[in-house]
Amino acid sequence: MSNEPEMHRAAPAPGLRKETEVIALSALHPGEQGVVAELLGGRGVLGRMTALGFTPGAEVRMLQNFGHGPLIVLLRDTRVALGRGEARKVRMLRK
Amino acid sequence: MTDENIITVALAGQPNVGKSTLFNLLTGLNQHVGNWPGKTVERKEGTFTYNGHTYRLVDLPGTYSLTANSAEEIIARDFIIKERPDVVVVVVDAAILERSLYLVAELLPLPTPVIVALNMMDVAQQEGFRIEPEVLEAALGVKVVPMVAARNVGVRELVKTIDTVARDGYIYTPKRPEIRADHREVLAQIETLINGCVPEPYPQDWVALKLLEGDREITRMMRECLPEERWEDVHDVLRAHDDALVAVAGGRYEWIGRMIRAAVTRPKVGQIGLTERLDRWATHPFWGLLMLAGILGLTFWLTYAIGAPLQELLDTYVVGNLAELARTWLGGAPPWLSDLIVDGVIGGAGAVLTFLPILVIFFAVMGALEDVGYMARAAYVMDGFMHLMGLHGKSFLPLFLGFGCNVPAVLGTRVIESPKARLLTIMLAPLIPCTARMAVVAFLAPAFFGSAATLVSWGLILVALVVLALSGVLINKIAFRGQRAAFIMELPLYHVPNGRTIGLLVWQRSLAFLKKAGTLILVVSVVVWILSALPGGEIETSFLAQIGHLLEPVGRLMGFDWRLMVALLTGFVAKENSIATLGVLFGSTGLTAGGAGEGAGLAETLAATFPAATALAFLVVQMLFIPCVATVAVVQQETGSWRWTLFNVGFLLLVSWAAGAGVFWLARMVGL
Repeated sequence: MSNEPEMHRAAPAPGLRKETEVIALSALHPGEQGVVAELLGGRGVLGRMTALGFTPGAEVRMLQNFGHGPLIVLLRDTRVALGRGEARKVRMLRK
Repeated sequence: MTDENIITVALAGQPNVGKSTLFNLLTGLNQHVGNWPGKTVERKEGTFTYNGHTYRLVDLPGTYSLTANSAEEIIARDFIIKERPDVVVVVVDAAILERSLYLVAELLPLPTPVIVALNMMDVAQQEGFRIEPEVLEAALGVKVVPMVAARNVGVRELVKTIDTVARDGYIYTPKRPEIRADHREVLAQIETLINGCVPEPYPQDWVALKLLEGDREITRMMRECLPEERWEDVHDVLRAHDDALVAVAGGRYEWIGRMIRAAVTRPKVGQIGLTERLDRWATHPFWGLLMLAGILGLTFWLTYAIGAPLQELLDTYVVGNLAELARTWLGGAPPWLSDLIVDGVIGGAGAVLTFLPILVIFFAVMGALEDVGYMARAAYVMDGFMHLMGLHGKSFLPLFLGFGCNVPAVLGTRVIESPKARLLTIMLAPLIPCTARMAVVAFLAPAFFGSAATLVSWGLILVALVVLALSGVLINKIAFRGQRAAFIMELPLYHVPNGRTIGLLVWQRSLAFLKKAGTLILVVSVVVWILSALPGGEIETSFLAQIGHLLEPVGRLMGFDWRLMVALLTGFVAKENSIATLGVLFGSTGLTAGGAGEGAGLAETLAATFPAATALAFLVVQMLFIPCVATVAVVQQETGSWRWTLFNVGFLLLVSWAAGAGVFWLARMVGL
């Protein structure tokens, strides 16, 4: 159903996960947390995303992600809704 | 500004931090709403007095940052840099302290003294935060005033603080954020390169920082100001550090982290607040849609339960009695004068007046949904669907209100931040079949199609929506080259709505409508009346009829004669007028614009005169035709451009003719 293969990967047990695994924000499951590693994309989008709090090192918790359509994350005490395309451009370190 | 005694205060803040509540609280009805020069961004300004001084309060647009990403951000920073207010009050949401201090971090490098209004202290407390304003004040080096604007707590202290800071003796010593160590050197390098070339009144270090951030406006400015060679040097440095935008923003957040570390105690993780609980429903792909449908249903129920009867009351008692009165008064005057006053002026004014109840209800609902924080949720659940038309999720609600009336739909597009998405939504709004258009359908469809009338009506709505979707895709592709603003949006915490804020919003929007659209409707109404009365006093031989005859060749493509063309044209004042015009032209007696009692006689006459194919084509054209003058007026007001308004009108003309002709020939082919 989903065109994102990473969505189907079973989450490995926390102890086995490599610390350095970099994934797209869109691949985080609801309830999971991560730290922003890198932001991709053009200037305009980057400017808006950084102002809303997406900067390297920021902690992000996934609130809603149905594997398709937009998603909702909690970031710096704010709920932020973002499109799937935008979420793919945020590279995360899973926590 | 030049008046020595007036102190100018700029009110800044991110969206959803309670800035308008504070603005309304401080200025009350002493405010003026307009647009920023050359922009379609709302500009609010007001005054208040304290301690014998008059304060001019300018409400800057709500922005997350001061980097040139949008018109709002440029307006906000240009005002602070160029107009030099005496004080900037920046409203901060205590419950989202980190994020909302980002704007403070952007404001501190500028020379104007800043006061932090630490709003929503009550919400922060509910969410489990413990904030010590004095500690924050010491860390930032600027005044911090804790407050709950919605409950008028702390406002007096804020005013007192403004008075202190604006006074001559105040020494402003903020702890300005510093750039991260790894970019300090480049920043210094840029500053050396641009030294002495920065135009007044821009602070040099600020310009250097904005260059490093890749700010479009500042980059363009400096390219013009610097000698060619020097610019090349700057450009080389910037190109080597094109990642600086993220680093600078990251640096600001690190600085914020240090500022609040001592001042804030955070709640334990895992606490589930009201917002999270409500959002499980409101943003769910299924329940969220259901909730939205419920809210919309309620809105329309309100409109019909309260708005429609009120409209009728206004029409009968106010407009009707006024017309009576005028007729008696003008008894001795020539009949044309009395007709002009009664049909032209009072008829037009009546059309304006009867708009009001529906507008007030829609403005109130939109205002309440925005103030509560629900608007962003509605946008979230509708985004995927609106995406198909190149629109933003926030376009949905305004467009949906268009089913009631296109005017609030166009005005409601103000909630859409992206200028392109907003413009596109405005262009599409007139294609939503409003109640007035549906009234024409409801009158004509039964006469022609009998028991199939309901089916035809639904079919017409479907046609309008399909045309809307196709137009959206088309305009988006051609005019905007398929670009779509990124979908990133804050879902604010739910708040109890503030009656005062909503009330003022309804008042201002209604007043603006009356002023702008009201005059235009009146003028058009009078002009149409004159065209229909001159030269002989009979509509059949009038200028309007002559125009109808002139347009008949176009009409023939759809099986129309001149009378149907005239009916379409008079619908420009108000869509219902088409019926009244048909009544006059087809010999029903004693009808005036908007008058009641056309009766079945007219419908039967029409059914006997025209084939069903013509009727169907007429209804299709009528659904897609140029909207009423009120809508055109607000389209012009909201786009701020006659070019786009004319494009809109021309586009609708073309689309309605094409669809009408298409339907007519299709219907003929199937033998209607």
